[in-house]
Amino acid sequence: MSERTVELEILRYDPDQDQEPYFQTYTVPYHEDWVVLDAINYIKDELDRTLSYRWSCHMAVCGSCGMVINGTPVLSCNTFLRDYPDKIRIEPLRNFPIERDLIVDMDDFISKLTSVKPWVIAREERSVDDGEYLQTPAQLAVFKQYTACINCMLCYSACPQYALNEPFVGPAALALAHRYNLDNRDIGRSAREDVVASNPGIWECSFVGACSEVCPKLVDPAGAIQQAKIASTGDYFLDFLMPWRRK
Amino acid sequence: MSRRPYIRPVSTTGWWLRDGLYFRYMMRELSSLFIGAFTIFLILGLYRLSQGRAEFEVFTARLLGPAGTAFALLTLIFAIYHTYTWFQVTPKAMPIVLAGKRIPGFVIVAAHWLLFAAVSATVWLLAVIF
Amino acid sequence: MARSHKPIVWGLFAAGGTVAAFMLPVLLLLSGIGITFGLLPGDFLSYDNVRGMLQHPLIRLLTFGVLFLIVWHAAHRLRITMHDFGIRADTLVAVLFYSVAAMSTLTLFIALVRL
Repeated sequence: MSERTVELEILRYDPDQDQEPYFQTYTVPYHEDWVVLDAINYIKDELDRTLSYRWSCHMAVCGSCGMVINGTPVLSCNTFLRDYPDKIRIEPLRNFPIERDLIVDMDDFISKLTSVKPWVIAREERSVDDGEYLQTPAQLAVFKQYTACINCMLCYSACPQYALNEPFVGPAALALAHRYNLDNRDIGRSAREDVVASNPGIWECSFVGACSEVCPKLVDPAGAIQQAKIASTGDYFLDFLMPWRRK
Repeated sequence: MSRRPYIRPVSTTGWWLRDGLYFRYMMRELSSLFIGAFTIFLILGLYRLSQGRAEFEVFTARLLGPAGTAFALLTLIFAIYHTYTWFQVTPKAMPIVLAGKRIPGFVIVAAHWLLFAAVSATVWLLAVIF
Repeated sequence: MARSHKPIVWGLFAAGGTVAAFMLPVLLLLSGIGITFGLLPGDFLSYDNVRGMLQHPLIRLLTFGVLFLIVWHAAHRLRITMHDFGIRADTLVAVLFYSVAAMSTLTLFIALVRL
């Protein structure tokens, strides 16, 4: 009896032993309901315990399992074997240094995320006794889409500007800044300006749109950045004409 | 285990050849090469017009010749691609919310194409009449 | 990191791109292709006819506005594209391309004023 199998060609790299990464092929059984992550787990459990990779929720909400599968950045828990040919090539996320196998160094991404001040910068300090902010559904709807980011870094892997220019703040960080700038509880647009409206900020983006194509949560970071460009251009000219208008 | 992160090299010139989306992006960007060049050519034509009949007729001979026609046709193809891609991204750059609901992208795109048709027809008619 | 000055050129780029999107196809048909493919009479681009069309100062103003914006749109987009091709000397490229746009603008201005 021959059961159907799938060949996974995975990029390996052991910093202690290897000069550079190389592909290693594994044969795993095919299951109709398996995602690529299931196949990788099978390899680790049954074939090669040295294979290293990140994963957690297995349901596309934690953002841990991003990798490049047959050339496209995807979540491996969201990518079904049945949608692919019998030979699948798996690499770590592009544009990040490879630590080991499918694990990349996320430091640059994390520092950029933090740099846009991703928290509500309120008009005045509120204590718990002041009660909660009241926000209408309409006010929430303005920015809700941009809250959906799970920090999976697929957008950074897809973005050619990030590939070509490392200082670029990047899609997720800029979409997150946009989320706060649109939140009516927040008045921090000028506080975020130094990073967002800088040359390596929104102005490095040339609207390729690959980020929005790969985003598993439909955040549309490309759209967020273009909206930020329009807002920033407005700010720039209004500040020039009316320098007194800013706090 | 010690850390020795490996950075994979990226092709700075050929990266756009390896993916359909990247390739179409580059075609969109290169539309500006023809658009810019032809616009400068038209500006040159207006300059020749201001110089006099003889100079302008030399210009129109070049414009209507085989090379000029090929240049114009190529520019037209790129110009239409520019229009198409520009309209496509407009809903993303300027989302419009009406009565609490976001207007669907295709509505905004369709409205742009209708306006495009109206503008084109108007300009054409004005040019032909006067 | 300081606030960028890109909004200046980007504003021109966005305006020019919008104008180009709406106006270029019909302008291209009017400036030669229309005659070649029989949509317009052969003398449409005659010296007298074109001068006649551009007589009114409002038309000349609009012509200036449209071509000015399109040329700056193209200059900015091409500058970015050079960067996409791996040419890292961005300041040099910017100066070069914007200079061409500026000279084209000047030529256009002189031409329309002289008509």
